[in-house]
Amino acid sequence: MSTTTTTTTTIRPMADIGTMLRRNLRHAQRYPGLSLGALGMPVIMILLFGLVFGDTFSAGLGGGAGGFDYIDFLTPGILLMSIASGTMSPAVAVCMDMSEGIVSRFRTMAIFRPAVLTGHVLGNVIVTIVSLALVVGFAVLIGFRPNASVGDWLLAAVLLIGLTIGLTWFAIALGLTSKTPEGASNVVLPISLLLPFLSNTFIPLEAMPSGIRWFAEYQPFTPIIDSLRHLLLGTPMDSSSGWLAGGWCLAIAVIGYFWAQSSYNKGTVA
Amino acid sequence: MSAAIDVRGLRKSYGEKLVLDGIDLNVAEGTIFSLLGPNGAGKTTAVHILSTLVAADAGEIRVAGHDLHQSPEAVRAAIGVTGQFSAVDGLMTGRENLILMADLHHLGKQEARRRADELLEQFDLAEAGKKLASTYSGGMKRRLDLAMTLVGRPRIIFLDEPTTGLDPRSRHSMWTLIRELVAGGVTVLLTTQYLEEADQLADRIAVLDHGRLVAQGTAEELKRLAPGGHIRLRFTSPEEFTLAGQVLPTAVPNHEALVLQVPNDGSVHALRDLLARIDDASLEVDELTVHTPDLDDVFFAVTGQPKSEEVSA
Repeated sequence: MSTTTTTTTTIRPMADIGTMLRRNLRHAQRYPGLSLGALGMPVIMILLFGLVFGDTFSAGLGGGAGGFDYIDFLTPGILLMSIASGTMSPAVAVCMDMSEGIVSRFRTMAIFRPAVLTGHVLGNVIVTIVSLALVVGFAVLIGFRPNASVGDWLLAAVLLIGLTIGLTWFAIALGLTSKTPEGASNVVLPISLLLPFLSNTFIPLEAMPSGIRWFAEYQPFTPIIDSLRHLLLGTPMDSSSGWLAGGWCLAIAVIGYFWAQSSYNKGTVA
Repeated sequence: MSAAIDVRGLRKSYGEKLVLDGIDLNVAEGTIFSLLGPNGAGKTTAVHILSTLVAADAGEIRVAGHDLHQSPEAVRAAIGVTGQFSAVDGLMTGRENLILMADLHHLGKQEARRRADELLEQFDLAEAGKKLASTYSGGMKRRLDLAMTLVGRPRIIFLDEPTTGLDPRSRHSMWTLIRELVAGGVTVLLTTQYLEEADQLADRIAVLDHGRLVAQGTAEELKRLAPGGHIRLRFTSPEEFTLAGQVLPTAVPNHEALVLQVPNDGSVHALRDLLARIDDASLEVDELTVHTPDLDDVFFAVTGQPKSEEVSA
């Protein structure tokens, strides 16, 4: 057939990811509920725990006059909480997307195959960066006083964005396994609620009951929060917790990415 | 003519359920081919497989000259698919949907906008182009859906039940659009459960039932498969009626209505024979009507049989 030779299949990954990202940002603009929730929740948390419960927690932990500033302790954990709670909206969005015919259409088109999901991930990274900036802003307003060099800030940003990318891929993989958007929002709860609460976000490990303390000690958020505290407060960094934090981010990202891609391609001619 | 789609021995099952049981299809370039069958016959599964959405269990499939297993990307670059369920993005306007497709085909900013506006105009959506697709009526959504499929100028288009659920007016406008496509050289494979639709549009029809092709041919060839084709002769005088009964002994008489039903496949040859016999006997026939079986008759005739029948073209 003469026309066969004229069929060119040049896949352009960057262009396709860009197109999908624009689509997701437009969705966020047209249907802002999910993104606004993701932006508002962490701000409420920092105000609630920083202003309302802060003094009591601080007193209970032996702080206050002794120089233990609870807001300094709290902010890094709340930053992780923003990332964690922000994973719900891409999980739900991906699940909703899969039930729509448009994704079937994308799958029959000669486009860069990971672009559809990558667009969701990048969209969420952008929303999360805004959310992190809001949390830092409000934290500073109510007394957070970081003591970090430019290098520390950059490392902290790399760590936060790395975790966002990793957790978002993981949440998207979970969202793809769900049949309904409600199911998707439930299936990410362990990430969005359990990990941030059962960690050293609000209180140090030493103040926890032993069972929960054991869980908190070995789960990924704790070394990441530790590293972030050291970076932002300028205290010397324990190198093992730094490597552990980076390793967790990488592991979560790799597992999440491959799991999500294999779910997306399941049963099709990839 | 070379084949746009060539399928041999296509099989697919979901768990225990066999959905496609060894299907052979050959669709010539620039023609409309219809897969006709009731719900659950396997039509949608066939389209999903041919459009790379679902992997087959067995079978050789070539689409646009490319082996589907070896080079799915080349197949994807040549096809366009409009599925049974609308594949438009409800949170975007009609125009944005078309520009999204154009961007995915890397048409460039200027050309993307030009192509989107051209298609909006062509599909009578120019005014609705600024509205969110979720606010569109069923017929508008289908038109936008088809327009999105056409953005990349595919050479082969799969239409899975393109008019299911549409009102008669929207259905006819969809038919017109499909005919225009083929006039432009595109190959169309369409599935339908409407016999009239296959009859109206398709050059060739394959009847699918329980995952097997039970008949294949042109609409005319299929109609000849079905029993029940006859010529109806009505008379005014009882004498002529009685005489005709003697001349045409195979006819089924209706004495009260003075009507004879003569078995006849409706072909010109058979009709000429009959007219010659009427002339020879100098019969005064008041009215003659030809009843060819429609595809409904065909469908019931062929799907009732377990054995598959192939009409040689």
